[in-house]
Amino acid sequence: MDLITHTWHWSISGFLIGMIMLSLIYFGKQFGMSSNLRSLCSMTGIGKKVAFFDWDWKSQRWNLVVVLGAMIGGYVAVHFMSDASNVDLNPTTIEQLATMNIEAPNGKLVPESIFGSQAFSSPKMIGILLLGGLLIGFGSRYAGGCTSGHAISGLSNFQLPSLKAVIGFFIGGLIMSHFLLPLIF
Amino acid sequence: MKLVKYLVIGFVFGIVLTKSEAVSWYRIYEMFQFQSIHMFGIITVAIITGVIGIQIIKRNNLKDIDGNPIVIQDKEKGNARYWIGGTLFGLGWAMVGSCPGPIFILLGAGFMSIGVVLIGAIFGTFLYGVFKDKLPH
Repeated sequence: MDLITHTWHWSISGFLIGMIMLSLIYFGKQFGMSSNLRSLCSMTGIGKKVAFFDWDWKSQRWNLVVVLGAMIGGYVAVHFMSDASNVDLNPTTIEQLATMNIEAPNGKLVPESIFGSQAFSSPKMIGILLLGGLLIGFGSRYAGGCTSGHAISGLSNFQLPSLKAVIGFFIGGLIMSHFLLPLIF
Repeated sequence: MKLVKYLVIGFVFGIVLTKSEAVSWYRIYEMFQFQSIHMFGIITVAIITGVIGIQIIKRNNLKDIDGNPIVIQDKEKGNARYWIGGTLFGLGWAMVGSCPGPIFILLGAGFMSIGVVLIGAIFGTFLYGVFKDKLPH
């Protein structure tokens, strides 16, 4: 049972993610999660007003099905395949988080102090979650892909544009993690 | 019925990303602090697996499930969109600790506050659509 409930080793996980991408290629598709956000926009009919959303999103329905499967997978993994040994961070990381008043994981995937239900009663927290989402949505569409589309699919196919995007991901991530998060929390 | 295979792929993807903790805000923070090999290992092994698979596909001219030749489109050339868009994405990724895949996975797992991130992400995508022609690419 440990095999199921403990954290999966990065080598196994990485291999499986690579195989997921290759399976989609075999099915004649490509691995990319952020384009689903564009589909969700287009489903509202906004394509009549904004040309970018006037496209054949129905041809991307398969990708929305991948998302649905991923949501079910997340539910199953969190509710039936987790235990308190999960998210075993570097102790230095835990100390650093404590200085920002973010609690240690103790098996949880995300901190209560950011994602707990009290987030809904704090304008600051709602603002952080909204702004983070906004940057992710805007940035991934501007860059033409996210972690799955550029870091995994693009780099696997030796795409120079994807390398630029991934370096950008890390420039932004390092600035946020090292300079901005300590100011925010 | 053709869509069932995508449901299965998505299901496996959701389980792998959760069990590898790639959906964890903590793991993303730890990665950007260079305090663990975990996330770097996941991404590197995924890329190595992908490189090997794509090379096998290309060198043997393999066909897809419908018998069509497999053609993987090249990404469009450009600079500004990748550097600026990538950096903006990275800021968001490190802030809320999730990229688009994990946003959906965590929402499915029942973390309701991620719904706020999803609303932000959809709105961000909408803003890009509105301002696309005014942005350097």
